[in-house]
Amino acid sequence: MSSDSPEVAIVSFAQAPNVRATHGTTNGVEMLVPIIREALAGAQLSKRDIGFWCSGSSDYLAGRAFSFIAAVDAIGAFPPINESHVEADAAWALYEAWVKIRTGEVDTALVYGFGKSSAGELRRVLAMQLDPYLVGPLWPDSVSVAGLQARLGIDGGLWSEHAMAEVAARSRAANPDAQVHERVTAEELLRRPYVADPLRAHDCAPITDGAAVVVLAAADRARELIARPAVITGIEHRVESSHLTARNLATSPSTVAAAKAAGADGITLAELHAPFTHQEILLRQALGLGDEVTVNPSGGALAGNPMFAAGLARIGEAATRVMAGAADRALAHATSGPALQQNLVCVLKGGD
Amino acid sequence: MTTSEAPLSAPLDIGFDYTRSLGPTLSRFVTGLAGRRILGARSSDGRVHVPPPEYDPVTGAPLTELVEVAHTGTVTTWCRQPKPLAGQPLEHSFAWALVLLDGAATPMLHAVDAERVHTGMRVRARWAASSGNGIRDIACFGPIDDEPAVEPHDAEDVTMITTPVHLSYQHSASPEESRYLRGLAEGKLLGQRCPACEKVYLPPRGACPTDGVPTEEEVELPDHGIVTTFCIVNVPFLGQRIKPPYVAAYILLDGADIAFLHLVLGCAADEVRMGMRVEAAWKPRAAWGTTLENIDHFRPTGEPDAPYEAYARHL
Repeated sequence: MSSDSPEVAIVSFAQAPNVRATHGTTNGVEMLVPIIREALAGAQLSKRDIGFWCSGSSDYLAGRAFSFIAAVDAIGAFPPINESHVEADAAWALYEAWVKIRTGEVDTALVYGFGKSSAGELRRVLAMQLDPYLVGPLWPDSVSVAGLQARLGIDGGLWSEHAMAEVAARSRAANPDAQVHERVTAEELLRRPYVADPLRAHDCAPITDGAAVVVLAAADRARELIARPAVITGIEHRVESSHLTARNLATSPSTVAAAKAAGADGITLAELHAPFTHQEILLRQALGLGDEVTVNPSGGALAGNPMFAAGLARIGEAATRVMAGAADRALAHATSGPALQQNLVCVLKGGD
Repeated sequence: MTTSEAPLSAPLDIGFDYTRSLGPTLSRFVTGLAGRRILGARSSDGRVHVPPPEYDPVTGAPLTELVEVAHTGTVTTWCRQPKPLAGQPLEHSFAWALVLLDGAATPMLHAVDAERVHTGMRVRARWAASSGNGIRDIACFGPIDDEPAVEPHDAEDVTMITTPVHLSYQHSASPEESRYLRGLAEGKLLGQRCPACEKVYLPPRGACPTDGVPTEEEVELPDHGIVTTFCIVNVPFLGQRIKPPYVAAYILLDGADIAFLHLVLGCAADEVRMGMRVEAAWKPRAAWGTTLENIDHFRPTGEPDAPYEAYARHL
């Protein structure tokens, strides 16, 4: 891509209510129809103005093949549309849309992610992410794998159960509209029982049904649509070995590499996709975020974790604050795979 | 919507016993396990990884040098699993652990069967009663002094393993589909009209594929219509319920805009044609449920065929 490729900006974000269980289908249509409409309205666009559509979801979560095809119904895909899908968090769909706009082929894109985690047994479904030959046959569930990672850091002096509880207390108090909201101290949380020693319930993201939508536009077009778009100054993702135990689980080299490539200096706000409390601390350490950076004002995944949409929602939450002028330069992070295997970093600045 | 009843849902259990061919590196590892040997691969930096990666984590070169490591090792981290889930190594409370086997440089993930586990704990492999099941030939690990030492022996080559995957869901129909399915239980065919394009869908839709809005106005459809297009099934397949040849056809009910797939019986397969008029052959009422299977098949009515123009836009 040449250096005169257009800059890309976020112009709109909408998300479905994060709830423990919906009556809806696993193709997400009921959650997506209203928020696609809301996100388009927020950008003052109609569906015919959108040059490219890209989604993220998982058939394993839905328990049915090609569930994303049924989700396309939520768009009203007529006349035929330019469309793609990733079997990953929709933050990676946003990456694909970013590339598409950078090529100059389109100047607008709508990205959506959805997941109905309540349909199955989430921590067991996520064991499908592991090596199917020698690890998957043991069915290590996602909470247990996270617990192994958490204790590595506890034993290594990188964090403590108290520090993890402090992350939980801050996340749970952050957002009165979130699925999880309570005012509680770390000390109170630490008196609650373990669910998977060393993890307590507050260390684990809730099980959430939800969906999210982000609208992107080439920066020049974006400035015509809204007063202050959130311009993407860098977006990069990196992946680590699929050999879980060969990785250094106490840190996140892929996050470090993605942030370095994306140029993450000078940010004042970060939305981190950390489904477990220790992972937020791990990510802050990897990214070198100090106290001057506001982390997860939305409450983050610990307050609501719609699978395959929560990473996209981190980008949307950070962009919303940039668009509102609450931050000038913000970082959004998304993760995918077991124990932070794959990580994406997106850096945004106010584009007025 | 014309109902406030909760949408229908039902358990959905899906599963498949995957057979996986192992390739040269994993085959040697799994054959080793069958003979009660644990093998690791030595990577370009001299470190031994267990289980062996097929390719060097640093250089990406195929890893072919396998070396034997001990049955004993040290817990480097652990997590309690108080309520094991289906398929996990033990059915009572255990600890997941990363175990650094003596002679290896990176740990392996497995279960430790002990009430009290700690980082640094010394453990030994406990072998399963059977063999040839890959990583599950190791039943779990236990405290080193509680587990008997087991001598390796020769085993026949294992080149394939079976890894069952079974997942359980609660599958939900949409509100519109639920209305339709409940109608079927009463012998009614309930479609809905899209408020934007005014097409009548059967089943009704949570979102009209053309307009992206839910269908709304309910339309009760008759149980007769026409064949738009069809195919003659000559090929037997797993789960087939009718002996070939038979006809699977798209049926367009009178007043509907979307055809659905069903069977056409009651005439020879080679007599079925586009535009043929058909009617539903319902099962006995006692056998009805919330399913389109209440209609056993469609059969010819003997009326004159519909002209092509009548259904051309529905093909």
